[in-house]
Amino acid sequence: METQTRRFKQNAREAMADGQLAQALTRLGEGFPLRRAEAIDRLPEFDQLRDAAKAIKDHTLAHLDLYLEQYESKVKEAGGHVHWCRTGQDAREKILEICRSVNAKTVTKSKSMIGEEIAINDFLEENGVAPIETDLGEYIIQLRKEPPSHIIAPAVHLNKGQVEDTFRKAHTNLDPARNLDDPKSLLEEARVELRDKFLNADVGLTGANFLIAETGTNVLVTNEGNADLTYSLPRVHIVIASLEKVIPTLEDTATVLRVLARSGTGQDITVYTTFCTGPKRPDDLDGPDEYHVILLDNGRTELVGTEFQEMLRCIRCGSCLNHCPVYHAIGGHAYGWVYSGPMGAVLIPGLIGIHEAGDLPNASTLCGKCETVCPMRIPLPKMLRAWRERQYQRKGNSAAARWALGLWAALAKRPKLYRAVTGPLMTALAILGRKRGRFKWLPLAGGWTGPRDLPAPQGDSFIAQYHKGPVGAVVRSKGQ
Amino acid sequence: MTEYAPALKNPPTSPEVGLFATCLVDLMRPSVGFATVKLLEDAGCRVSVPEAQTCCGQPAYNSGDSADARDIAKNVIAVFEGFDYVVAPSGSCAGMISHHYPHLLKDDAAWKARAEALAAKTFELVAFLADVMQADISPPDLGVTATYHDSCSGLRELGIKAQPRALLGKVGGLTLVEGDIPETCCGFGGLFCVKYPDISEKMVDAKADDILATGADLLLAGDLGCLMNMAGRLKGRGASVQARHVAEVLAGMTDQPAIGEADEDTA
Repeated sequence: METQTRRFKQNAREAMADGQLAQALTRLGEGFPLRRAEAIDRLPEFDQLRDAAKAIKDHTLAHLDLYLEQYESKVKEAGGHVHWCRTGQDAREKILEICRSVNAKTVTKSKSMIGEEIAINDFLEENGVAPIETDLGEYIIQLRKEPPSHIIAPAVHLNKGQVEDTFRKAHTNLDPARNLDDPKSLLEEARVELRDKFLNADVGLTGANFLIAETGTNVLVTNEGNADLTYSLPRVHIVIASLEKVIPTLEDTATVLRVLARSGTGQDITVYTTFCTGPKRPDDLDGPDEYHVILLDNGRTELVGTEFQEMLRCIRCGSCLNHCPVYHAIGGHAYGWVYSGPMGAVLIPGLIGIHEAGDLPNASTLCGKCETVCPMRIPLPKMLRAWRERQYQRKGNSAAARWALGLWAALAKRPKLYRAVTGPLMTALAILGRKRGRFKWLPLAGGWTGPRDLPAPQGDSFIAQYHKGPVGAVVRSKGQ
Repeated sequence: MTEYAPALKNPPTSPEVGLFATCLVDLMRPSVGFATVKLLEDAGCRVSVPEAQTCCGQPAYNSGDSADARDIAKNVIAVFEGFDYVVAPSGSCAGMISHHYPHLLKDDAAWKARAEALAAKTFELVAFLADVMQADISPPDLGVTATYHDSCSGLRELGIKAQPRALLGKVGGLTLVEGDIPETCCGFGGLFCVKYPDISEKMVDAKADDILATGADLLLAGDLGCLMNMAGRLKGRGASVQARHVAEVLAGMTDQPAIGEADEDTA
């Protein structure tokens, strides 16, 4: 997927002008947080589970090489192959090579953010292999040639009417007069369309929610069962996963799974939780003949050992998006790349560089809601600040911002000068604003006064009045 | 999120409190400063307002300018470390001192302990009154329907939620109506509101809608930044809801025009 992160401000403006999107985001902002709260109320030990899950991932990240090697050897033991890929290009070429080795025409896919990250669909298409998304949301946005706007609800930006239009345009083989009025009919149509594709695919490509080192197992959670069909029906299966998905044991995986769905969709557990280990064994009825795992780095190892290492605890639950007031205002596409919301604002600069994604860590009020809902206790505001610090050190922010900040800091460090400058300024503003109590517009304050009035100051500063005594006493006496 | 228990098990009966006025209160709304002094003195504190204070350094810190933020933090520490307690009428600035100064100065051997010591005795005003002083306030009656906004730093860094509501419960005639989203950020975010004005507008509009839906006549909060943002938008939309810092109501100092209003608006 091509990055549009440099266009963040423009993307955000366009998104906010879209009334349909605003409605969809309101629904999301009301639905998921409520369901999360209810799911957590049903599980008193939720916070202890979060601590346990965090500890598991911290331990794993501290011994990442060890667990990845264990995972690799277990996959091989089960008859699978592991391919280590440093870059997205390496991964794309390896996937194509596997597809070509079996002369594949079609590849069914089950939701994978990594697939989006390396733009595998475009690459396969360019090379004569047709990728077919099988998650309903992903299928819809594939037909519309759009990127996902949410990590667990990729088509959350669309409404039912838009999905109906999309299906009518894409499924031209069906009766134009058919009824597509309700979600059920849309779902039925997608199921029928996808059924043959599941059965006829040459290769199945899935992501991984977790990779279990102890057993060489790939864990997939879905609500539609599409990952199971993608894994079990085609002759060849490819798992694509980034390195930090590894978890030491089956037991550990159970712990992390308990916080995943509760945080994201507010379910106790997803409808399907599938554990796939290697290709079909001699006595198995189903399963692929070949099982490949693409282990992708794509910048992750560069975050290990830095102030951003904790980001690698992320289990892609989507909770920080669901609760973020900035995400609610602009939606996922505005972020301009695969990931979005608070987790995206931290992860994207880590993967493509702060010079490419300079707006993302800044476009946050640091309200802290994301951290309070993160099941893995990732200190997202702290890391957003850390990116701003790196950006400041590289002089990556605007000259005007640096100048204004520098001026304020210079004053703040010199109390006498601060008083000498701010005192007369506030007095002047107080006199100017006395009549209305506020300003509709002020020079150099356009950012503020565009959307809102600027309250006028009351007059001389508090500290000046307090230390002058009599004036302070007059104001004080009013309340007594 | 943060442990915010009173620092001293047996607080002095008449503690010496350094008032950190915050730059916004100092420059924009002195009445909040005077209300704070009154509340603290009524609770039995001896209050000082050091003249050498300016800003807590948050604009620099949140913009990635840690070097300047550290210098400003050291100034605040030097000015305030002699008091029994430091109190600010702002969850954001109190959070900066008590939550972020220790992090900011963690690698500075000389300053780390001083930052931690100051952090342990720095409080937001309303939490200080309720938790540390357990103040028995008796604010004058005020016949009004009010709604309260939980400012982000106070709520999430300092755990302030029950205290303002408990104290407002002592104001006779005040009916508190909760909005649907009292804990949602108003879109102020310091420099965020000027760097991303249109996103901020969308956020403050959601808040304004929620505030108006409560039918309240008065919006209260513990942070002037959020209040100026919400009041500015409400006034810009022509709404009649007044906005005040919670300290003004608790101190009974509501004779000054509300935030963003002129004398004639209140007449």
